[in-house]
Amino acid sequence: MRYDDKRHRRGECAMHIPDGYLSPSTCAVMYAGAAAGWYASLKRLERVLLTRVVPLISVFAAFSFVVMMFNLPLPGGTTGHALGVTIAAIVLGPSGAILALSIAITIQALFFGDGGISTLGANCFNMAIVGSLVAYGVYRLIAARSALSSKRRVIAAGIAGYVAVNAAALLTAIEFGIQPMLFHDAGGTPLYAPYPLSIAVPAMMIGHLTFAGIAEAVISAGLVAYLQAADPGLLRGTSGLGQEISTGVELRPTAGSMRRLWTTIAVLMLLTPLGILAAGTAWGEWSPGKLAHAANYAQSVNAPAAIVPRGLQRLSKLWTAPFPAYAPGFVKSRSFGYLLSAMFGVGVLLCLSLLTQGVIERYRRRGSPA
Amino acid sequence: MSGGFLESTTMGFARAITRAMLSEHTAQQRGLLQSLDPRVRVVGLFSLVLAVILARNMAVIGALFLGALLLAISSRVSLSTLVKRVWLVVLGFTGVIALPAIFITPGDAVARIGSAVITEQGLRTAGLLILRVETAVTFPALLVLCTPWAHVLKALRSLKVPREAVTMLAMTYRYVFLLVETATQMFDSRRSRTVGVLPPAEQRRMAVRTAGVLLSKSIETSNEVYLAMQARAFRGDVQVLSEFRMTLWDYVALLLFFLAGGLAVWKGR
Repeated sequence: MRYDDKRHRRGECAMHIPDGYLSPSTCAVMYAGAAAGWYASLKRLERVLLTRVVPLISVFAAFSFVVMMFNLPLPGGTTGHALGVTIAAIVLGPSGAILALSIAITIQALFFGDGGISTLGANCFNMAIVGSLVAYGVYRLIAARSALSSKRRVIAAGIAGYVAVNAAALLTAIEFGIQPMLFHDAGGTPLYAPYPLSIAVPAMMIGHLTFAGIAEAVISAGLVAYLQAADPGLLRGTSGLGQEISTGVELRPTAGSMRRLWTTIAVLMLLTPLGILAAGTAWGEWSPGKLAHAANYAQSVNAPAAIVPRGLQRLSKLWTAPFPAYAPGFVKSRSFGYLLSAMFGVGVLLCLSLLTQGVIERYRRRGSPA
Repeated sequence: MSGGFLESTTMGFARAITRAMLSEHTAQQRGLLQSLDPRVRVVGLFSLVLAVILARNMAVIGALFLGALLLAISSRVSLSTLVKRVWLVVLGFTGVIALPAIFITPGDAVARIGSAVITEQGLRTAGLLILRVETAVTFPALLVLCTPWAHVLKALRSLKVPREAVTMLAMTYRYVFLLVETATQMFDSRRSRTVGVLPPAEQRRMAVRTAGVLLSKSIETSNEVYLAMQARAFRGDVQVLSEFRMTLWDYVALLLFFLAGGLAVWKGR
């Protein structure tokens, strides 16, 4: 939270997670997720002239920071604070928005105490990465190929803002909600955020569905309407209308980046046998047989016996995987089975991606003027 | 006058600027933290934040809080500043979040308020959360209060944070104040021309228009900055006049930070 900001005392906005609310392992996982987003965004932007991108992202980060301080009057007589992630995603594209918002969030954490240092990864992941991607995706989906001056773009920006803020809030609530389940002392006392998902999710979402989401929708829709009148060139880059963006940030993958992507996928595939090192079964991924075994064990130590639910038994027969336990039946080596499964999985995903891309291209060609 | 919206927003801007000025003032004082190399301050204080979130024992976290208090006093950080700007606000925010846990956490009853039962486990849960958050936010607050922003950035750069990220942090920080000043002037000029209370819809339109103008100015500023950077043959690195040099005392202090953090993690398991 920001130390000298009354809005937090009114409990309006709780999306900047302070230090101490998340466990170290959650923080580490969220830092890893955020680092992947930062790396990908930086790599995409490095291909544009760096000296051009640096001031643009920096000034936009400063703009987002200032917009977050606006005490926006909302319908119903109350006020709320926007995040500014949606307009950043619309003007800069997702990569630029991720960096701009991350920089703004870092300055808030480091200098203004709004959000923690250990939770910086989580805050950037929730608001900058997920917020930007969701805002960009929803905006592009709804705005489609409408004209730059179309009302549809204003509505798309509003909905994108509302959905993006709520997606980020939901993620934050989930991070809060899993803490007491995973991290508690021997006596059951939660060590970090104390409320389970059943409390954290509604408590978080009520404020964001009613105030913060609306504030973001109002500012995003209003700014797109303003830009349509004052500077429509700024909306062109993410419009899907195929013309150059005046800010020069929208990018397409190059041969070099594709090579790096393939190398990463190959390394990850080679590392898949590492899964064998893990002992036991992943929590919650039990087969009916394993669950029955666990129930028998519970009975043997006089713990309350678990019974395999009838629904689980019935539904488990609905679908039999071609590679059960990550190895086809004819493969004897587990490591080779893992590798084969990884190659098969990547292959299926690539086919699906190519198919989807083909359908979209066909739809675009049909929609574009001859 | 046009109601609370203009006032509350401009007051928020003023608070941000006041806070920045206060930090720069405290950073110039002669104190314990100020005497250390900025890299030692960044690494040492962040390692203590890590120790706070790793520790599971209230007494250990309490000891770290006392340590933060001693660091603040020896660094001539005004305790009233810490109380007003950090501890009370954190207590207000985290207290509201922690309060229901006193009642809803199952456990042994220690008191009753009407039909609500206060449990021992609930008190421990709420106490641990408040103490942990208060302690964890105090260390970064001390860093910012005792270190000029340019030195924090240079320390981050020498700790191998990517050059692009540090450059953007430096530029953003500078333009935050430029944009805050611009927005304040826009709001002030609007306030001086407004009589009576504006209806909420008009206030909303005004806020969005102000944000729009600010956005246009931001993009324009970024173009000007880009041209200025080109004219000065910018190569992408942050330059600070003062050179960092580690002394024996810096190494000892770093060792003490690590020892305190390590001991807290070990004792607080």
